Amino acid sequence: MSVDIQKFPGGEFALTTADFFINWARESSLWPLTFGLACCAIEMMGAYASRFDFDRFGVIPRPSPRQADVMIIAGTVVKKMAEPIRTIYHQMPEPRFVISMGSCANCGGPYYDSYSVVKGVDKIIPVDIYIAGCPPRPEALQYAVLKLQQRIRKMKPSRTAMATIPQDKGARTLV
Amino acid sequence: MTEIRSQDLGERIRENQQEKFSDSLKPATRNPQPATSLKTDQMFVNLGPQHPSTHGVLRLALTLDGEVIIRAEPDVGYLHRGTEKLSEVRGYHHCVVMTDRWDYVSAMPNNLVFCLASEKLLNLQVPERAEYLRVIMCELNRLASHLLFFGTYGIDIGAFTPFLHAFREREMVLDLFEMVCGARMTFNYIRIGGVAQDLPQSWIEKCKEFLGYFKFRLKEYDDLLSFNPIFMDRTKNVGLITPRQAVDWGLSGPNIRGSGVPYDVRKTDPYSVYGKLDFEVCVGESGSCWDRYYVRMREMAQSVRLVEHCLNALPSGDIVAKGVAKMPKPMPGEAYAHVEGSRGDLGIYLVSDGSFSPYRMHVRAPSYINLAILQEALVGLKVSDMIAVLGSIDIVLGEVDR
Repeated sequence: MSVDIQKFPGGEFALTTADFFINWARESSLWPLTFGLACCAIEMMGAYASRFDFDRFGVIPRPSPRQADVMIIAGTVVKKMAEPIRTIYHQMPEPRFVISMGSCANCGGPYYDSYSVVKGVDKIIPVDIYIAGCPPRPEALQYAVLKLQQRIRKMKPSRTAMATIPQDKGARTLV
Repeated sequence: MTEIRSQDLGERIRENQQEKFSDSLKPATRNPQPATSLKTDQMFVNLGPQHPSTHGVLRLALTLDGEVIIRAEPDVGYLHRGTEKLSEVRGYHHCVVMTDRWDYVSAMPNNLVFCLASEKLLNLQVPERAEYLRVIMCELNRLASHLLFFGTYGIDIGAFTPFLHAFREREMVLDLFEMVCGARMTFNYIRIGGVAQDLPQSWIEKCKEFLGYFKFRLKEYDDLLSFNPIFMDRTKNVGLITPRQAVDWGLSGPNIRGSGVPYDVRKTDPYSVYGKLDFEVCVGESGSCWDRYYVRMREMAQSVRLVEHCLNALPSGDIVAKGVAKMPKPMPGEAYAHVEGSRGDLGIYLVSDGSFSPYRMHVRAPSYINLAILQEALVGLKVSDMIAVLGSIDIVLGEVDR
């Protein structure tokens, strides 16, 4: 790791790289979309509420996809809902991130043999972080946000204009 | 977010409606226009499936005349997971896992109703200690569910603080559940023939401590939200449902009691040990949003009373009936059981053909049936009141679509 912020003697200003500064701004104000699908949404609400207090990480829920950075797929994705999810994903501004919360969104979970469930939200949109559990605890969601912050730190926003996370293993591109 | 469709689509919908619903349009149009007024146009608004106030993935197709709703049509199925069909390929014990995920806010009554129906098929006699444990868990779950309602209804109306207060207490209830069965929401605690495990050490003291703490919090909620003048202005005399309407549409739970009909399965058709317990059925007066809200607040006090009573009367003994097979195989037949879930009369109809899995399972989901009244209750209201009515019906989409 290079030196991130250099403070000048006298302390009036500091020097840093554009990458570090933009990443720092992005990772410390990840605004998720209030988008509850099923059971996991209640645990997501629990994470925003008094005991777990997501505000500490700069995570404040936004009701509109236009204002959101990260979309938490909290619950079962069924075939009727797949189309709206894709629409909402495309309504979010770049760079946008997706957290798949719970077994249903990861791979179908307990509904692995159901006729109406999409077996994993990564079949319709690219996913950055997967959380296991049915439902995962609020702490697990907070850990996922910390993991996402780590990934954002590796991004190079100054090199690419539309700088989403490079699609490495585990994430599938949009078909 | 609401999404306004293009005008040509709106016109097509309007033409359709005028053919189909020409009668129902007349009383709903509130402001008869004078002959010289401006030409107005109806608007089609799509509320949901992603909307912060629909508590999940409900879509409401609204037709508006200015601010007034002239037609509301709930569109469900955005969370249809096919549990009824899946139960036909799963064993009876495995189906209990599915029941947790219908009404995920209060999963214990779901567990209970499936187990009651299966026990009828299998002719099992549940030990008394297990019956008491079941009632304790169901009533604690009712607390957790109504607390969630209290918090989110506050947000719907525009008050954020109650949410934080409600979740503080809800986490305490969830801690108690976690001690008993290791899960916070999807418990799988009530099993066919009894319960999964006995109470851990010092659970009863922890529970009593919580109940003592919680009683005073109920008073705080009243000060915070129930009798707040702004809240009362938004909810009193809004979304009135007459007792006649409530019965006609088959409402149940706090919604029908809010209209003044004292229908509670725990009293009218007592199951488990509710027949031995003393509690009162809370009813509202006018059937407004505030009445439905306040019925739930008063029910929380009754739940506290029931849990205290059960903790004091808790007998010792077995927690599972003798002779429950690992893969139960009931005789061919059918059974119906219903309980008073947190949202109303939750029923299960089970048909067995003598194999390891049910031949057919049908769920009478209270949320789904309560939701239907929106078609009538919303007509003539303003858009802003719609959120108040929708919140007061207190639906859980997992149960609506199953």
